[in-house]
Amino acid sequence: MSILVNKDSKVVVQGITGSEGTFHATQMIEYGTNIVAGVTPGKGGQTALDSKVPVFNCVEDSIKETGANVSIIFVPPPYAADAIIEASEAGIELVVCITEGVPVHDMVKAKRIIDQNKTKLVGPNCPGIITIDECKLGIMPGFICKKGNIGVLSKSGTLTYEAIGQLVNVGLGQTTAIGIGGDPIIGTTMIDALKLFEEDPETEGVVLIGEIGGQMENDAARWIKDNMSKPVVGFIAGQTAPPGRRMGHAGAIVSGGDDTAEAKMRIMLECGITVCESVADIGDKMKAALQN
Amino acid sequence: MKIHEYQGKDIFKSYGIPIQDGYVIEDINDALPTIEKVQKEFNTKAVVVKAQIHAGGRGKGGGVKYSPSTDIALKNTKEMLGMNLVTHQTGEEGQKVRKVYITQALDIKNEYYCAITLDRSQTKDVFMVSSEGGVEIEKVAEETPEKIIKVWIDPLVGMKSFHAMKLANGLGLTGEAYKTAIKVFIKMYKCYMGTDASIVEINPLVLTETDEIVALDAKFNFDGNAMFRHKDIAELRDTNEEDPTELEASKYDLNYIKLDGNVGCMVNGAGLAMATMDIIKLAGGEPANFLDVGGAASAETVKNGFKIILSDDHVKAILINIFGGIVRCDRVANGVIKAVEELGLKVPVVVRLEGTNAEEAKNILSKSGLDIIPANDMKDAARKVVDAAINN
Repeated sequence: MSILVNKDSKVVVQGITGSEGTFHATQMIEYGTNIVAGVTPGKGGQTALDSKVPVFNCVEDSIKETGANVSIIFVPPPYAADAIIEASEAGIELVVCITEGVPVHDMVKAKRIIDQNKTKLVGPNCPGIITIDECKLGIMPGFICKKGNIGVLSKSGTLTYEAIGQLVNVGLGQTTAIGIGGDPIIGTTMIDALKLFEEDPETEGVVLIGEIGGQMENDAARWIKDNMSKPVVGFIAGQTAPPGRRMGHAGAIVSGGDDTAEAKMRIMLECGITVCESVADIGDKMKAALQN
Repeated sequence: MKIHEYQGKDIFKSYGIPIQDGYVIEDINDALPTIEKVQKEFNTKAVVVKAQIHAGGRGKGGGVKYSPSTDIALKNTKEMLGMNLVTHQTGEEGQKVRKVYITQALDIKNEYYCAITLDRSQTKDVFMVSSEGGVEIEKVAEETPEKIIKVWIDPLVGMKSFHAMKLANGLGLTGEAYKTAIKVFIKMYKCYMGTDASIVEINPLVLTETDEIVALDAKFNFDGNAMFRHKDIAELRDTNEEDPTELEASKYDLNYIKLDGNVGCMVNGAGLAMATMDIIKLAGGEPANFLDVGGAASAETVKNGFKIILSDDHVKAILINIFGGIVRCDRVANGVIKAVEELGLKVPVVVRLEGTNAEEAKNILSKSGLDIIPANDMKDAARKVVDAAINN
C-alpha cells in the first residue's frame, strides 16, 4: 500500500517532447514508472524517448488509446494551468504539476475547476510524488529512498530529500514521499495528504515539513490533533528568516501573526506533534517517536 | 514587483478609476512650473507634495505634505527631493527620494480603505473595504475585525454588482456616492485581474465634500511570474528601489537576500536554504544571507554565488550545502574547487554534499589542498562553519 500512486498507475506525460519532459520521463521509466503516453500539441502520431512512448495531441486522445489515469506536467509556466485544466476536464484522476512559476491568477481558476471535477492535483512548483520501488512521478532522486513505513510530506523539494536521507540513515524506509509545493495556490494540501497517510495501513509514521508563510501547517496541526493516530514529526524552515521578506517560494512570506516559524512550531507542539528545532534531528526524532 | 504611486495612478486612470491627479518630477528645476501647472489644471491653490518610494508609511515619515500655497509647496518639494525617507517599512537606513509627485488637494469628507488580494485559505480573491481608512489597516484587522467588510469572488464568475453593493453598503454610502463607489469597485477588480496584480490597495479612497469618490493613493504588487504577458508593466520596475546585491544576484538567476550575520551560505532549494540558515543560528552563528542557487549547482553558478556572498565584507566563513539529486556531487565538488581557485578565495569554505556520488565528492575535496573543509551532515557542517567564522 501507499498513497496516490503505485505500480498500477498509468502515466501520461504532458510536455514530453520538451527538454525537461524528455529528461525526467526517461528517469521515471528507469525507476519503473509505467509511462504509457506523452502529450505535445501538434506532435500527435509521433513517438518520444527512442520510440518507446506514443505522443498524442491532447490528453483526451491519450486516455482513449492507452487508458492513462495519471498525468505529470512539464509544460512552460504560461501554459501550465491550461494543461492542468485540460487533464482535469479529460477525466485524469491525479495530476502532478512540476512547472515552477505558474501565474497565481491562472492557478486560482485551475484550482476551482479541479475541485469541481474532483481531480486530485499535486503542485504546481513541486518535486512530485514517489511510492518507493513502484512509481516515481516527479523529479526527485529515486535512489536515495528505501522502501519502508514512513510517509514524508513537505512543501520544499530539497528538504524532502534531506528528510528521506536522514530516515534512511537511521534505518527507516518510506511508503510514499510527496512534495506538495510552496506556491500560494496548490492542489493537494497538507491535510489532504495526511488523511491519505492516516488511511494507508503500511504507513506507521509521518514526517511533516513546512515553512514560514500561510496557515497550512497550523490547519494540519489541528487536524492531526483531532484525527491522526500515527506519530507525526514536524519541522518548519525559516526560523531565522527576517519578517516581510520573500524567500524563494511565494509561500514563504512572513506577514506577521501565526505564519512565522515560531508560531507554527508552537501550534504544532500544542497539537501533540514532535517538533524538530533543528533540521538535523528529523531522522532521530522519527525513530524515537515510533518506539514510544 | 512593486511600482510607484504615480505609476499606479496611471494604471487606475486607464481603467477609469477616479484619482487625485498630478505630475511627477525628478529635477528640482521643474518644481515651480509643475506646481503652477497642477494649480492651474486642477483649479486648486493648495497642492499635496508626495515622495515616491515603494515602501509604505510615507505620511508618518514626512513623505506626504499638504501645501496650502505655492511657496510652501516649493519649500516642501525642495526638502523632499533627495531626502532619505525613513518609514516603518524602509528600515533604519531609509530610502532615497528620487521622484516627487505633486497633486491636487481635495476637501475630504470621509476616508476609506479598500483592497483586493488572494485569500490563500479560501483559494479565492477577496475584496475588502473598511470605513477606517487612512490608518494602519493591520491594527483595524486585529482590534476591530468587524469593521472590515469582505466579499470573496468566484474566479469563474468574476465580480458582480451585488458584491460591490455589499461593499458600498458596508461603508454606509448613499445616493450618488453609493452608485459611484459600486462602479469604482468593479473597475478595481477588472484592474486587479487585467494586470495580474497580487495586491491592489487604495488607502485611502475618499469621499470628497462634493460627494465624489477618489483614489488618493494607489498601491500595486504584481505577480512576477505573470509579467511575461505585461511587458508595459514590467517596464515600470524601478531598480533604484531594490537592494543592489540582490539585483546583481537576480541577473545570475540566484535568489539572494542579505542578512546581518557573518556566516555566508549557498544552498540548492529555498526550503533547504532556510533550514541551513536556521541550523547555523542553532550552532551559535549568525547567517549572513539566504542564497538559493536553484536546481543545477554548476561551477559557474557556484562561482557567481561566491562573488555575491563575498560582496558582503562581514562574511567570515561560507557553508555550501547541496543535496545532489539529479546533479552529481562529484561535479559540484569540482565546480567548488574551480571557483575557489579562480577567485583566490580567502575565507574558509565548509562543504556538505549529499546524494549522488557524495563519497567521491568528499575525497575530491579533501585531496584538493585548498582551504575546503568537508562535512558529513548538516549538524557537522553548521558546527564547522561557525567555528571557522569565529577563528577567522
